[in-house]
Amino acid sequence: MNRIEQKSSWLKKNRKKACIAYITAGFPNLKTTKTAVKILEENGVDIIELGMPFSDPIADGPTIQYASGVALKNGMNMHVFFDLVGELRKTTQIPLVIMSYYNPIFKFGVKRFALEAAKSGLDGVIVPDLPPEEAVELNDQLRARGISEIFLVSPVTAAERVKKIVSAASGFVYYVSLTGVTGARNVVPSGVIGQVQAIKRLTTLPVYVGFGVSTAGQAKSIVKTADGIIVGSAIIKLIERYHSSRLFAKKLGAYINSLSRVMPY
Amino acid sequence: MRNVPNQKGYFGDFGGKFTPETLSTALNELEAYYKKALRDVSFRKRLHYFLREFAGRPSPLYFAERLSNYLGLKVYLKREDLLHTGAHKINNTLGQALLTLLMKKRRVIAETGAGQHGVATAVAAARFGLECEIFMGEEDMERQSLNVFRMRLLGAKVSRVSAGSKTLKDATNEAMRNWVTNVRTTHYIIGSVVGPHPFPMIVRDFQSVIGREARRQIMKHEGRLPDYLVACVGGGSNAMGLFYPFYKDKNVKFIGVEAAGLGLASGKHAASLCRGSVGVLHGSKSYLLQDNDGQIKIAHSISAGLDYPGVGPEHSFYKQTGRAEYTAVTDKEAVNALKLLCRLEGIIPALESAHAVAYLIKSAKKMKKGSLVVLCLSGRGDKDMKMISELKVI
Repeated sequence: MNRIEQKSSWLKKNRKKACIAYITAGFPNLKTTKTAVKILEENGVDIIELGMPFSDPIADGPTIQYASGVALKNGMNMHVFFDLVGELRKTTQIPLVIMSYYNPIFKFGVKRFALEAAKSGLDGVIVPDLPPEEAVELNDQLRARGISEIFLVSPVTAAERVKKIVSAASGFVYYVSLTGVTGARNVVPSGVIGQVQAIKRLTTLPVYVGFGVSTAGQAKSIVKTADGIIVGSAIIKLIERYHSSRLFAKKLGAYINSLSRVMPY
Repeated sequence: MRNVPNQKGYFGDFGGKFTPETLSTALNELEAYYKKALRDVSFRKRLHYFLREFAGRPSPLYFAERLSNYLGLKVYLKREDLLHTGAHKINNTLGQALLTLLMKKRRVIAETGAGQHGVATAVAAARFGLECEIFMGEEDMERQSLNVFRMRLLGAKVSRVSAGSKTLKDATNEAMRNWVTNVRTTHYIIGSVVGPHPFPMIVRDFQSVIGREARRQIMKHEGRLPDYLVACVGGGSNAMGLFYPFYKDKNVKFIGVEAAGLGLASGKHAASLCRGSVGVLHGSKSYLLQDNDGQIKIAHSISAGLDYPGVGPEHSFYKQTGRAEYTAVTDKEAVNALKLLCRLEGIIPALESAHAVAYLIKSAKKMKKGSLVVLCLSGRGDKDMKMISELKVI
């Protein structure tokens, strides 16, 4: 059982909903990323997704595009990324998931990527432009090392295809709340509650909902059926605004607490 | 019978479907509708009608006598520049617009570099009453301002893309993001043989009308197949359209001409096949310009239509198997070729197509005297006149 699976079973046993945070690694610098991980964990975030930036992030909206650009300019690459994970692992056992695009992984070498991921202490991999049909090689390499490959399911994914996706997935199912790119929005798209319920009938994996999720109101309604929420762009905005301020820990912590407060057991 | 792509959309090692999950369903649907359309006589008749009566097909295969004498070759120009909208792009946009109607979608989007695909999409959208939005890089909107006006006049919305390269690559990113968002109502008319399967196949098939006609025409004029086919390659749609119907004619050599920009050694070029490496961009695996970390490099070409760091997967397949040879010419060589064609033949080619002409000028001496060449003159140069006039070539 890797850290994601341990966390899931702990959450289940304690009847808790998960709060998952996405941050772009190296935005606006490595030091901030390390600090942010610490703050997020201290405030009860259950899983952290670390974005390994790509120059052409077609699944991302303006906030994460911007953060990716800054991180790349500051020298982020796969080597720096694995060093970062290795360092984080010295002080935390929180489940860490890489979120990147396929090309940086392909160029690094799929097998080498899986080896380094295992060595550095990563628990899961999310590649939004790699559907299961194209993921066979990566998935085999990850599975052999006990790392979860997490696939996305979208509002337009038909039930037959959901079955196919969840059979390839491990760790959790990432339900994309809307047809669109990442980025904070205020409402919960109609149908999310029912669609998550439908997915849960097809898998025993936890289903976490992301893309467009940022407010406590959304969180409250999503976890009626989902096992947790994934928040990204809203956190990136806070990091951008407060990373060099004394208030950083307070502001980021308060935001996470505003979400966890409304997610009941 | 087709042997490529295979069921998963691969041409040998290249192609595939590397897209967000939200698009998977739309791509499968598109493939199903496309297969249905191929079997549907009325669809094919309708497309043929619009290609003939609206776009002006067949385009002439013109014997360029003075260019031939100058080069010591026998050169025929496939005159895609004479089509409605002034480039080969309309072959594909008419086909995909009809597919859009078949899928009962009401809105189309497209990326554009030089603006030729944008204009051809706007024209098709206007004709078939579809809502239309075109994504175009800020830099391209500057250098192709006339085409921006044409699109708007035709009723299309032109959205400026200011991210990254501010050219075709980022216009494509933005079009994909828009498609992911509006996938239920919108069809994305990709303009070249790039993108996730089934796009490279569909665009190739719609553009193959170029090669099918050229084959028939050259047989009529010369009674034999050509020794060489020459075309410029950005994403590669005019080249693939010309090459594909000759695929099995092993004695016909294919030459694809990429943009060497300021020179291959300068690093400022768009020669994905000549200088790139294999990677995944915009939904398929192919050659592309990238750094050691797999980040995409910004391409450079004087020609907005070739200014793209990737290339269609079938071209990568042709390169790998040796079926085609890929080479590159510089901005300067292309501009000189444009001027030469103006003076020798009274034809003003698009800067993109001028790259193919430049290759012939450069390589004629290495080719057997009197070789029979078909060159795809993919577009006309009106759109480039502002920039050329600023270069003080006369």
